[in-house]
Amino acid sequence: MKPSMIALAVIFGIVLLGAIIGICSGRRRQMDLEQWTVAGRGFGVIFVWLLMAGEVYTTFAFLGASGWAYSRGGPTLYIIAYLTLAYVISFFILPEIWEAGRKFTLHTESDFFQQRYGSKSLASLVAIVGVIFIIPYLQLQLTGLGIIVEVASLHAISRPLAMLIAFVIVAGFVFSSGIRAVAWVSVLKDSLMLIAAFSIGIGIPYHYFGGIRPMFKTLTQAKAAHLTMPGSTSNLGHPWYISTVLLTAFGFYMWPHAFGSVFTAKSGDTLRRNAVIMPLYTITLPLLFFVGFTAILVLPGLKNGDLALLTLVSQTFPPWFLGVVGGAGALTAMVPAAILILSAATLFAKNFFRPVFKPAMKDEDVAKLAKVMVVVITGIALYFAIYSSTTLVGLLLLAYAGIAQFFPGVVCGLYWKRVTTAGVFAGIIAGVGTAMLLVLSKHDPFIGLNAGFVALCLNVLVTVVASVLTPAQQDGFNQPGSRAAASAVAISS
Amino acid sequence: MKIPRTGALLLALVPFIAICFSVPLWDRVYPLVLGLPFNLFWLIGWIPLTSLCLWGAYRLQDRRSGKGASE
Repeated sequence: MKPSMIALAVIFGIVLLGAIIGICSGRRRQMDLEQWTVAGRGFGVIFVWLLMAGEVYTTFAFLGASGWAYSRGGPTLYIIAYLTLAYVISFFILPEIWEAGRKFTLHTESDFFQQRYGSKSLASLVAIVGVIFIIPYLQLQLTGLGIIVEVASLHAISRPLAMLIAFVIVAGFVFSSGIRAVAWVSVLKDSLMLIAAFSIGIGIPYHYFGGIRPMFKTLTQAKAAHLTMPGSTSNLGHPWYISTVLLTAFGFYMWPHAFGSVFTAKSGDTLRRNAVIMPLYTITLPLLFFVGFTAILVLPGLKNGDLALLTLVSQTFPPWFLGVVGGAGALTAMVPAAILILSAATLFAKNFFRPVFKPAMKDEDVAKLAKVMVVVITGIALYFAIYSSTTLVGLLLLAYAGIAQFFPGVVCGLYWKRVTTAGVFAGIIAGVGTAMLLVLSKHDPFIGLNAGFVALCLNVLVTVVASVLTPAQQDGFNQPGSRAAASAVAISS
Repeated sequence: MKIPRTGALLLALVPFIAICFSVPLWDRVYPLVLGLPFNLFWLIGWIPLTSLCLWGAYRLQDRRSGKGASE
């Protein structure tokens, strides 16, 4: 058997196992909209942890982080910092979001805006902006999958074909079982990811240098400047680090899929306890950095840093192990991709199409349209993945610059009585507009700061000023809830 | 219920200062600690410390909800 066949067979076996787990876990339940998107709001600490870890540790962490460690160096540290700090923010805001979700039976981020601000146009804006920025994140996952299959097949399968295969598997996976499947497949994905991260993060430096310590000793002698900011870049210094960490930590739970996963929890306390343990999972990231750093010394001159991890694995380990790492990588792309598609499709159907074009639409028809949108949205991301060539981290930063613009609307909605619909609407438009203008005209970083962060500051300013200038309005969370009995308890506190 | 406790907020501020705003103070290669460049060591060290801060914030929250609040 040829080495590439062994690696591919192992990857395929792992993906198949994931698909079987997914299909079995969803089969015995009736899939209405509530089950499909929030799993009946019954997840405890462990399931919420699995689901959230499942969507956080994507192929971005796997290939993108090591790729940036390889090509950029020091600035890559922002990834550890923003993930850790995102959980600190989540500790405070997620239980409040969950509370509103239970009281008013919310499914999505757009539902949240609809309920709080009572504005159909604001809710539709949030839905469509959410869908638009999910696409680059989804593109990132498909690109990652493409890279994995391409390298594991020793370049026998071309990347577009690999991405097409990935597209079919992911879409089928989403169709069959909804959010519950995703949480179950996360178990397999996370175990494999941990095994892969530890064995290559420790094994690769050991293989070439006899350990992590001697690897860093060699690297600091050869390229010490690579390891601090701005590393091997000219413009990613400390102001960039601070602004990027803040932007991405604030933006983290603004992702429609992350926001939606809040509603699967059983209680607000589940989310608080989850926030306490989530940072510990970030420990795996430095291991992937070690691989990128080793690659600088062993494989200098790669054109695309995103290939560094897998190329190094294929040179170091036997083909079956490349298959295990590739399979783990494939699942870390597929599981988040499935969640992204599911959220984007639901948002589009329920929160954009129905209110804007067909208010009389029934829930079953919304579910049907969502399933059609699964194919459409994945198709668009596939198109971009094949025809563009941004790095994985570059794609994520672009997406964050847009998605973080929901932050002022969510936080003001929870804590500031005086905020108005007009303020939030103007803030989001100003923020998204500025972010895209700066990024697309290649002004990122802008005066040393992350362009998305500059846009976010402007967004906050516009939200506050416009809110104060417009007449005060009622807080939609202060109305009696759709679950009257439960809400009576909440209000009395 | 709505506005978080001051103590919990202060505990939450600690990791922000330690791993975000103070970056010019610790972003250096030397001294290597446990074989790691100092900046990497610092960030890794703050992962469990952040969990610890949140655990403290959780305890504060817990004590308050014991006094007859919701949940």
